[in-house]
Amino acid sequence: MKILLTLGGALWRALLHTLPTLLGILLINFLLLQLAPGDAADVMAGESGSATQESLAALRSQFGLDQSIPMQLWHYLSNLAHFNLGYSPRYGASVQALIGQRLGTTLTLMLLALLFSLLLGIALGMLMARWQGRWPDRVLYVCSQFFYSVPGFWIGLMLIVVFSVKLGWLPTGGSGTIGADLHGWPALFDTLRFMALPASSLALIYIAIYARLTRASMLEAGAQDYVRTAEAKGLSPWAITFKHVLRNALLPITTMAGLHFGGMLGGAVVIETVFSLPGLGRLAYDAVMARDYNVLLGILLISSLLVIITNVLVDLLQTWLDPRIRSRR
Amino acid sequence: MNARRSPALRRLLRNPTALAGLIFLIAITLLAVFAPLLYPGDPLGMEADALLWPGQDWHYPLGTDALGRDVMAGVVHGGRVSLQVGILASLFGVLLGLAIGAVAGYFGGKVDYGLQRLIEIFQTMPSFVLLVALVAIVQPSVPTLIFAIGIISWPTVARLVRAEVRSIREREYILAARSVGYSHLRIIAHEVLPNILPTLIVTASIMVASAVLMESALSFMGLGDPNQVSWGSMIGSGREQIRTAWYLTAIPGLAIFLTVLAFNLIGDGLTDAFNPTRDRASK
Repeated sequence: MKILLTLGGALWRALLHTLPTLLGILLINFLLLQLAPGDAADVMAGESGSATQESLAALRSQFGLDQSIPMQLWHYLSNLAHFNLGYSPRYGASVQALIGQRLGTTLTLMLLALLFSLLLGIALGMLMARWQGRWPDRVLYVCSQFFYSVPGFWIGLMLIVVFSVKLGWLPTGGSGTIGADLHGWPALFDTLRFMALPASSLALIYIAIYARLTRASMLEAGAQDYVRTAEAKGLSPWAITFKHVLRNALLPITTMAGLHFGGMLGGAVVIETVFSLPGLGRLAYDAVMARDYNVLLGILLISSLLVIITNVLVDLLQTWLDPRIRSRR
Repeated sequence: MNARRSPALRRLLRNPTALAGLIFLIAITLLAVFAPLLYPGDPLGMEADALLWPGQDWHYPLGTDALGRDVMAGVVHGGRVSLQVGILASLFGVLLGLAIGAVAGYFGGKVDYGLQRLIEIFQTMPSFVLLVALVAIVQPSVPTLIFAIGIISWPTVARLVRAEVRSIREREYILAARSVGYSHLRIIAHEVLPNILPTLIVTASIMVASAVLMESALSFMGLGDPNQVSWGSMIGSGREQIRTAWYLTAIPGLAIFLTVLAFNLIGDGLTDAFNPTRDRASK
């Protein structure tokens, strides 16, 4: 009961804290929409092939584009409050429906990349901390430097050359076998096969980041007094590493993983265009090519909202994980 | 000042990885600067037979692409765009972040609160998605790429500068400068700035690395300057032939990788050089 109350309090504080940020993001989105060349009426006219001055004016008044900027901002905000992100004449669908269709693929890709990079990064970081200053540490340090500097989209293409073109083990792109009606385990396996290369390319840079972070925080946690106590009690090195050091070293990593959500989303945009995955990134790419700014800015808005939600969730997770944060507030 | 910095420079030059990065960077910069002399003419112009493999014809050491364009000329000319965008965008980002961070940290109060919210807004929006939106709206060209990458990269610098300025704002020598009646601008420029310069230099070199990466990703997606060849756009057009001529994708990517690596190695070396006692991977 008490924990629910503290979590509720933390949620309330976090939401209150995000409010100015949220308003700012909405304002920037509206501003960008105003700056975009051509308005919705121009796009509609362009799609239909011909338009007269009168029909353009009619369209503008229908969309409220002939009103003053503050009025338009008001309309924009009230539309958003009704979950209305506008209409894409290009796809003949509402922007929120388009984004809803594509969100799943992007989130799957990001989740897999996150899991992969956390598992491998933490494992490598532990190895580096274990052999601090000796050759495994140095070799892995150089590797992390390489991973950190490689462009994700390029390594994706190189993986395609090796694993799809030369070896023929994995598909070059897409999100599932076309026409195969799979359920249960085969469906999951199929998805994993298609996601293996994109998720690895996206994860690469984060493996480097988490490995270094884990190394640093393992070394820091390992130097604490309670670790010396545990050693003095005669606990096995394994028990000390996993129960006493790793648990405390993981806390800063959960914070960072939350902060990386936005960056990973950006990475997913490029990776999806490489592997032609039908996700948000691919949609953004198509929107850029078609100059469909409604869709593009809708994606920017939704992805910003996703980052805000993740930040709040990470805050809650930390409150739950670390009793010290709970009592400090 | 100089006497304090030169041991740092000496330490940097004694660091083998940082030195390797520096040498590579100097070489690639020279190639980029002298590209018009080495490879006069348009690198987008058709020169020879299409799809020559590297080494097949020593007149074209890195081969030619599907339209018979010299890959070596493309790499050398592409370096101009990548380095130019990377360096100028970071410079713009550093200056913007420096100004905003210094004002927020120095004045504090309501100004600080407002600017912190602004920083938070920019750190919340996924920066690459914002970058794509910005470039798509203002239309891609080298100046707009520099502008857009600068716009999304200033918050890191601003946060850093703000924190540093706040920590030294109440030190005695700043209070002394204030009591003498120096202007705010003079105090920031002469007393505060030299103290945060080392941190700023390290951040800048890592920012150039990420700016080069972002430029390459944008031009790979077709959002680069359409009239200039860049490493990213070479990968973008080379991927059409990835099954048969994978070297068209591999070579420019290698150029990006090595350049970014060089900037990161120098950044690491600078961190060590400025903090000789610190454990190098504990940042």
